[in-house]
Amino acid sequence: MAMLHTVNKSPFERNTLNTCLDMAKSGASVLLIEDGVFGALKNTSASDKVSKAMEGITFYVLGPDLAARGMTEDQVIDGIKVIDYDGFVDLTTEHDNFQAWL
Amino acid sequence: MKYGLLITEGPYTHQATDTAYQFAKAAIAKGHEIFRIFFYNDGVNNATDLAVPPQDDRNITVNWVKLAEEHNIDMVVCIAAAQRRSLLDKSEADRQGKRADNIAPVFRISGLGQLVEAGIECDRLLTFGD
Amino acid sequence: MAEPWEDEVEGPVKKFMFVNRKAPYGTIYALESLEVVLITAAFDQDVSLVFSDDGVYQIKKGQNTDGIGMKNFSPTYRALEGYDIEKLYVDKESLEERGLTEDDLLVEVEVMSRAQIADLMDEQDVVMSF
Repeated sequence: MAMLHTVNKSPFERNTLNTCLDMAKSGASVLLIEDGVFGALKNTSASDKVSKAMEGITFYVLGPDLAARGMTEDQVIDGIKVIDYDGFVDLTTEHDNFQAWL
Repeated sequence: MKYGLLITEGPYTHQATDTAYQFAKAAIAKGHEIFRIFFYNDGVNNATDLAVPPQDDRNITVNWVKLAEEHNIDMVVCIAAAQRRSLLDKSEADRQGKRADNIAPVFRISGLGQLVEAGIECDRLLTFGD
Repeated sequence: MAEPWEDEVEGPVKKFMFVNRKAPYGTIYALESLEVVLITAAFDQDVSLVFSDDGVYQIKKGQNTDGIGMKNFSPTYRALEGYDIEKLYVDKESLEERGLTEDDLLVEVEVMSRAQIADLMDEQDVVMSF
């Protein structure tokens, strides 16, 4: 059973992303939304931990939330897929269960 | 797929309800069903009939009311959370001797059992919170 | 002919997990999520609670709320057993980060590593986070 995790808080504000990555199993997906999109960016203090986690986890980031915060796709860590709300819906059907990390 | 959505934050202060709304619209456009949206914690504040947000910005409650009416979505507000936060429908206001009621049409007040039922009945129960 | 108890209608039983990551009193989530847990048990569902990050403080012994004028709801965690809610899990790393041990907790829990909790989470049908 592969789970879809969402993280909606910035890694610089809360430890949510950290805890999520500690508890997400290999094969799971993590979707960064709302303020969580900052976790998808290159060249931050969070980038290494996220890049390392990509060895077992598939990462996605919600494009509309990135754009709202003035970030562009080329600022996103290579390998993180940028999706929209349609893609979010599809992820929920493609995974067996869902956990929102708040 | 049949979805239940749990919204635990109020309008404007957190993005949660906006994200849920965008998700709901996308899911419906793809042919999925939103069985129930359950408003809990500060989420009950989405049901207010009295909000007057700035004209040049979205009216969150009105958006929800329109979506729910168009697609027959069951919009449930938790009674315990609502009472704490002064959201009352007419019968609750009368029962409690309060001078006004303030729940927008389409929302109905009910118990937490409706949330559990959504968890049981739906294929997915998604939480949108802080 | 069926025995009387064989006629009982059994609804579906799903695995519900409640993930508690917030400290009590600073916000209402700990209290209001406990209310959902109790209702879910009343629906005879398979309920697990995970306490992680600051959520471990929800079950810390010795809470005295007289000075802050709020209701001390921590005894409710001890009452969970009476509702057949016995699957309480605590994340070992969260305890250690906070200098706590099992002896500091007011209920019996199973302490697990994050990796073990991850396995447990994966088995759930519905996960609610507050």
